[in-house]
Amino acid sequence: MSEIREDLRYTENHEWVKIDGTSATVGITDYAQDTLGEIVYVELPEIDAALAQGDEAASIESVKAAAPVYAPIGGTVTGVNENLEDAPEQINSTPYESHIFTLKMDDPADADGLMDADTYAEFVQSSE
Amino acid sequence: MNTPVLFELSRPGRRGYRLPAWDVPKLDVQAVLPEALCADAPPALPELSEIDVTRHYQRLASKSFGVDLGFYPLGSCTMKYNPKVNEETARLSGFAEAHPLQDERTIQGSLKLMHMLITRLCSITGMTWGTLQSMAGAHGEFTGMKLFSAYFHSRGETGRRKLIVPSSSHGTNPASAHLSGFEVVEIPADRRGLVPLASLEPYLNDTLAGIMLTNPNTLGLFEEDILEIAKRIHQAGGLLYYDGANMNAVMGKSRPGDMGFDVIHLNLHKTFSTPHGGGGPGSGPVLVSSRLVPFLPVPDIVQDGETCRFSWDAPQSIGKVSGFYGNFGVLVRALTYILVMGSDGLTHASEMAVLNANYLMHHLKGLYDLPYDRVCKHEFVLSASSLKEDTGTTALDVAKGLIERGIHPPTVYFPLIVAEALMIEPTETETRETLDGFISAMKEIHDLSYGDPEKLKQAPMHTPVRRVDEVGAARNPKVCWNE
Repeated sequence: MSEIREDLRYTENHEWVKIDGTSATVGITDYAQDTLGEIVYVELPEIDAALAQGDEAASIESVKAAAPVYAPIGGTVTGVNENLEDAPEQINSTPYESHIFTLKMDDPADADGLMDADTYAEFVQSSE
Repeated sequence: MNTPVLFELSRPGRRGYRLPAWDVPKLDVQAVLPEALCADAPPALPELSEIDVTRHYQRLASKSFGVDLGFYPLGSCTMKYNPKVNEETARLSGFAEAHPLQDERTIQGSLKLMHMLITRLCSITGMTWGTLQSMAGAHGEFTGMKLFSAYFHSRGETGRRKLIVPSSSHGTNPASAHLSGFEVVEIPADRRGLVPLASLEPYLNDTLAGIMLTNPNTLGLFEEDILEIAKRIHQAGGLLYYDGANMNAVMGKSRPGDMGFDVIHLNLHKTFSTPHGGGGPGSGPVLVSSRLVPFLPVPDIVQDGETCRFSWDAPQSIGKVSGFYGNFGVLVRALTYILVMGSDGLTHASEMAVLNANYLMHHLKGLYDLPYDRVCKHEFVLSASSLKEDTGTTALDVAKGLIERGIHPPTVYFPLIVAEALMIEPTETETRETLDGFISAMKEIHDLSYGDPEKLKQAPMHTPVRRVDEVGAARNPKVCWNE
């Protein structure tokens, strides 16, 4: 059973989001990293990029596949986790400590559609 | 054991040839060429005798695996046998020694061959005319997308930017659409593994460019609603692109042109038995419906009576998509195959390809999961999900176990919509005995997973290179032999 944290929000594409005021920190879940397998490359978004909700923001490559990471919320990219450029495997070992990017949200209401931990746990179970 | 590279075998001064003595005055290169053009030192080429070079390549060849050596059920790739008669015609000096800049009058045979090939491919697919320039499938897709653009441009419909790409299509489809400036809209497959008609609805408006469909799709399933899909896309003013990579399933049975498609690419290196993979090169002819003919790449090949010629008279053409006329040697092989098989032979090939796939699917579905359990076309997708849950054996382990047993593994981890996917395409040429051998190997691997899974994790034990470190290779690539 993969780890799901209570204090985060989730998307159907297996991104986790940590909301702090108007700032959103985004990564991929434990379930996502386990499904992808060993991650070998992360393409980060550009700082200041304006993203609409659902836009492709980053891309993760594993030995098995390449998978897009979508912006769970619309906003402007304020930071990226540059550590992942040299050590993409951090997402495998600590998915919830290895964020991919942070956003300044355009509209905090975007977060209303995100799942809480319990709903995401059910979602993961139903997709297995 | 690793085979040393030529640079390691090199010894200073060793030669594979002996030149006669100079019989012209010796010229000092540095005296006649500008300094900037002269290298400081001779190039660091390996120095070897001819026999060492011959043995080096023979040794490598004996370690490589191909369809001439064993079963190669690599799904979606149609690794079918390449009949040797194809090589005979491709080696005819009139074809093999033709130069693309030769005067047209001296290459009438080659031109006629290309004209005849387009004609035959059109009658196989139900399309109007086409080009042979594209070098492989993805290049064909790119060409097709350029044709879409040119068509909409000519009609002033530049707002048509959205291209629907189902999740069951080939991975290159969204890439080609994106590269050509279209906005890719992915729609998921339904429980049948097919495109759900209702999912098209939101896009049927004046921003729709069209749809790219792989049919049969990557699950090996024929899109049952294809006529209705075509009708709705056309009604909304969009165009239909057919990825013909899976044409091997339907030759002589159904034609994209009759389904209403506007553009199709074929993979001659898949369906039409020309070399594939490391032995390529490929070829991806593009064929179109009548309304897209004016936009085809130039030069076109036209026949006036007995004479063929290139025609550049196409003001709306998207231009050239290759330096010359495509991979000509591949075209010779493909036409040979078509003529040798005949239309009944091609139909029979598709029938056998589908029968073989269903035979394997029937015998393997008790051992591995079959997420889409329906009669398949030329390929099907198993999943090792239950096996992984019960025993820890993954699709990758199954693949390595097959290598140990002298069989090329199927495509693994694709399509992405199936977890632990094993995508199997046997092709038409395999005998019942070969198919049964594959079923036994898959059963052995299944049983070993439950009996001695660690042994399977060690596989392959008897290959020149055992499990390669794919993660290390991707994270820390070493691209120099002596690094």
